[in-house]
Formats: sequence, C-alpha cells, structure tokens
Amino acid sequence: MPSRIYECIEKIAEKIKENKDLLTDLDREIGDADHGVNMARGFSAVEEKIPKDDDDIGVVLKKTGMTLLSTVGGASGPLYGTAYMEAGKAAAGKTEITAEDFGAMLGAAIAGIQKRGKAVQGEKTMLDALIPAQEAYLAKVAEGADIVTALDAACDAANKGIEFTKTIRATKGRASYLGDRSIGHQDPGATSATITLETIRDFLKG
Amino acid sequence: MKKLINEVDNVVNEMLDGMVLACPKYVKRLEGLEVLVRAGGSQGKVALVSGGGSGHEPAHGGFVGKGMLDAAVAGAVFTSPTPDQVYEAIKAANGGKGVLLVIKNYTGDVMNFEMAADMAADEGIEVDKVIVADDVAVENSTWTTGRRGIAGTIFVHKCAGACAEMGGSLAQVKAIAEKVIANVRSMGMAIEACTVPAAGKKSFDLAEDEIEIGIGIHGEPGTHREKISTVNEIADQLIAKILGEGIYNAGDEVAVMVNGMGGTPLMELYVANKHISDVLAAKGIKIYKTIVGNYMTSLDMEGFSITLLKLDDELKQCLDAPADTPAFVQY
Repeated sequence: MPSRIYECIEKIAEKIKENKDLLTDLDREIGDADHGVNMARGFSAVEEKIPKDDDDIGVVLKKTGMTLLSTVGGASGPLYGTAYMEAGKAAAGKTEITAEDFGAMLGAAIAGIQKRGKAVQGEKTMLDALIPAQEAYLAKVAEGADIVTALDAACDAANKGIEFTKTIRATKGRASYLGDRSIGHQDPGATSATITLETIRDFLKG
Repeated sequence: MKKLINEVDNVVNEMLDGMVLACPKYVKRLEGLEVLVRAGGSQGKVALVSGGGSGHEPAHGGFVGKGMLDAAVAGAVFTSPTPDQVYEAIKAANGGKGVLLVIKNYTGDVMNFEMAADMAADEGIEVDKVIVADDVAVENSTWTTGRRGIAGTIFVHKCAGACAEMGGSLAQVKAIAEKVIANVRSMGMAIEACTVPAAGKKSFDLAEDEIEIGIGIHGEPGTHREKISTVNEIADQLIAKILGEGIYNAGDEVAVMVNGMGGTPLMELYVANKHISDVLAAKGIKIYKTIVGNYMTSLDMEGFSITLLKLDDELKQCLDAPADTPAFVQY
C-alpha cells in the first residue's frame, strides 16, 4: 500500500504558503520580517523536488529536509532542514508508521533542532511549541491512544506553547536583541512548527 | 514601495551579474550560484570566505579582491546563504593553504556556515572560522544570542586579508582576525527604517521626529527610540557606549569607521566624523586612520554606525597593506 507521505508533505507546503503573510508579520514584530517568505520559498522548492512516487517515508523526509536546507536560508533553513532529515532517519525504510514510530520521529526531529540551534525550552523558539507537544503526544500514546488522538493532544499543547512564548523574553535568535521588548509577541518559529503539527493531524484524520 | 527593481525574486541574481559586469577585473561568479570569487583565483594562499544575507552592499562581494576576501556568498536579502552555497564558495576559494570563514554573529549565519565547514572538512579541506560580534548595542550575556556582527567586520576582512596576502598561515590569519575582533566595537542608529523588497513595507515605523538607537543591519529595531537631536548629540551617545567598553583609553591609537547605512548622504557622515574626531582628540585617543563611507549598509536605511579599532604595530601593518577590490582600494 502506498505511504501517502508525498501527499502529507504537499499539504504542509500548502499550509505554510497559506500562512506566509502571518509568519512574516509575526517576524516583523520581533525579528527581521522574513520567516514566512523564506519558508514559502523552501516549500515551493520541496513541491518541485520531492519524489512523488517514492513510498519510503525516510527517503521523502530526507529529501524534504535537504531541499529546505538548500533553499530556506536564515536560521529556519538549518533548523527545519535538520528536523526533517532526522525524522527521515528515524523512519528509514518504512512505508507506514505506528503511533510509536511517529513519537520516535518527533523526538529525533526535536533532538536535531536542539543540537543545531543550541537552544533549550523557554527561550522563545519553536522548541516552546514542539517540546510540550512531544510530551503530550507521548503521554497519550502511553495510555494507548491512536496517532490522531495523540496528535490532538500534541496540537493543544503546541498552541499553549505559542501562548507561552508571548509571555517570555527571547534569548535565542534575532528577537533576543530586543530584550524585554520581545515580551508580548508570539514566536514565529513556534507558530510555523504548530501549523506543521496541525497539518499532519488534519491529514491523518483525512 | 518604490524601488528600482524588476522582479522581487530576481534582485540578488541581477545584482550579482551586474557587479561582475562592472568589475570583471576583480570578480567572477560561480556558475549557477550566488557566489563571487576573485577573477584571478586564490592559489597558494590562505583563502578568506565571508558572506551573509544581501542588502549590505558593498559587503561582501565588493571586498573580494587582492588584500581582502577570496570569495563572498550572497544569501537572499537579509537572509543567511544556505550551506550548499557556502560549501561551493569554500571549494572554489581553496588555494591549498586552508580557508578561513569570517562569519557575522547571527544564529542563521553561524549555523549555515558551520554546516558548510563540516561538509568541506569531510572533503579534506582545511577550514577554520572566526565569528565577528562587534555591536555594543546588544548586551553580551548568557541571556542573548550574543552580540551582532556589523561594520567592524570590514576591518576583519582588511587585516586578515592583508595577513593572508603576505603569506600568513591559516593559524596566523586566524590570529589576526581574532585580534581585530577583540579590539573592534561598533554601534549604529537610524533616522529612517529600510524596506526589504520582498516585504514591501518599512521594517519599523518612526514618527517624523523619532530616531532608533542601537539598530542592527537587517532592519531589526534597536534598543530604544527617542526624539531626534543634533548629529553631535547622537554621535556622543554612540561613542559613549563604545568607550564604555573600556578598550579605548588615552594614549591608544585607533582606526575609525563612520559607516553609512545606505540612505545617508556622505555630507552627513562627514559632519558626524568631524565631531567624532573632536571627541576622541579630547579624550587623548589618537586617530591613526579614518574611513568614511557606505561599507556595511542596510538597503535604504538612513542612519550611520561608528566603529573603533584599537591598533598595535601588527594591526597597523595589516591596515596599511595594499588592497585592490571593487569597494576598497588602497595603495
């Protein structure tokens, strides 16, 4: 049975491009006004380059990561590029994934982002959405939930994470130059990460 | 938005071609890439590779040439170039004696250049790096991502480039770069923000009588906003912050750079320089060399930055060495 991974990536690309202006406007408040523009450019390239007929989830994710790495630029390129490549490594050879597999992929992606970005939770970055999402996801899976139910919990946690980024001062990335002036604004990276998780959930819901 | 451009997405591409056509003696473009390298190559010397987002012209392509850089990588406007582009620049510039990357301290630049360095090292190329963080507007603490690299980077290009041209080893060139980095500090301000072509609107809004102090070079807002005053008073504020570092003291010799942000008339930069010279003289700090002009810009931003570099005999020799590049020529 085909893995439909290509369709899922296509949906993420569509959603990121739909939210291009939102992401750019959020970045204008506390950064350099290019997050949406850069992500949209990267995912347009992904739509062109990823193999439509390959069912290996690992291969498609790896190719997605490499394409983002070579087209997005800025800080988001290496971070999202690394995230997709690491998730791809965790899914190497698979054409379907279980709830546990997805947990492992999410964990690998987050570990990759932390290693590349040298960031921890609480610094007003995408990790403030992703780490709570991962925790909520794993807790649900441990209770025996299916992948969609667990992703519902993950998305709720990620959205709470976005709200949390409004209350804290940035200590990583360009927003950190603003000091206390970054408080009150939501983090663009946490927002794009949450959009990604929500799109995956909606795709799996069908 | 009013700009002299064609397609927004094609600005960097057309700019690079235009630069090569204007300066064929100095630079050529690597085919299909956003990379400028020396027209004559860099065989037999340590190569210096720098770059970053576009919009800072003449940085960095304008400094590719004898006595400064060997390659410059141009990202999208204000966006770090990607690792594959930097990697190709390293490969092309490598003249067999090693490559030094001059990176401005931004999260994206550091990550992309480091990934490229890893890729090049895997291929057996000797690569090292320095990170420039000269902007005193940003506090350097564990609570920020560290100070930004701004106009002081040009002094790194000049001095490390001279050392490489004189036959310095990779370790020696890096040591000179590190010495500049330890002794260079800058701070900038804007009276008007810039407009990134892809965004189409100003990066921040200032009222008619407002100025922004402590801006970076990517249209990011500064540390605070205040009512406009005279250029002397503004320069006083920037100099006070730079001197507050405790690096520059009576009897020291310095190089001064008064750098325009892209939309400021040279007339105003020279007016600022007059006062800066007076202030430093009054403090007993000797000016060995002054550079006034647009070197590290921020598109059409109106404003300027001040950079001081404390000199010793070694740095003086590097600073005085010849340079022949599109944007900086010295005999």
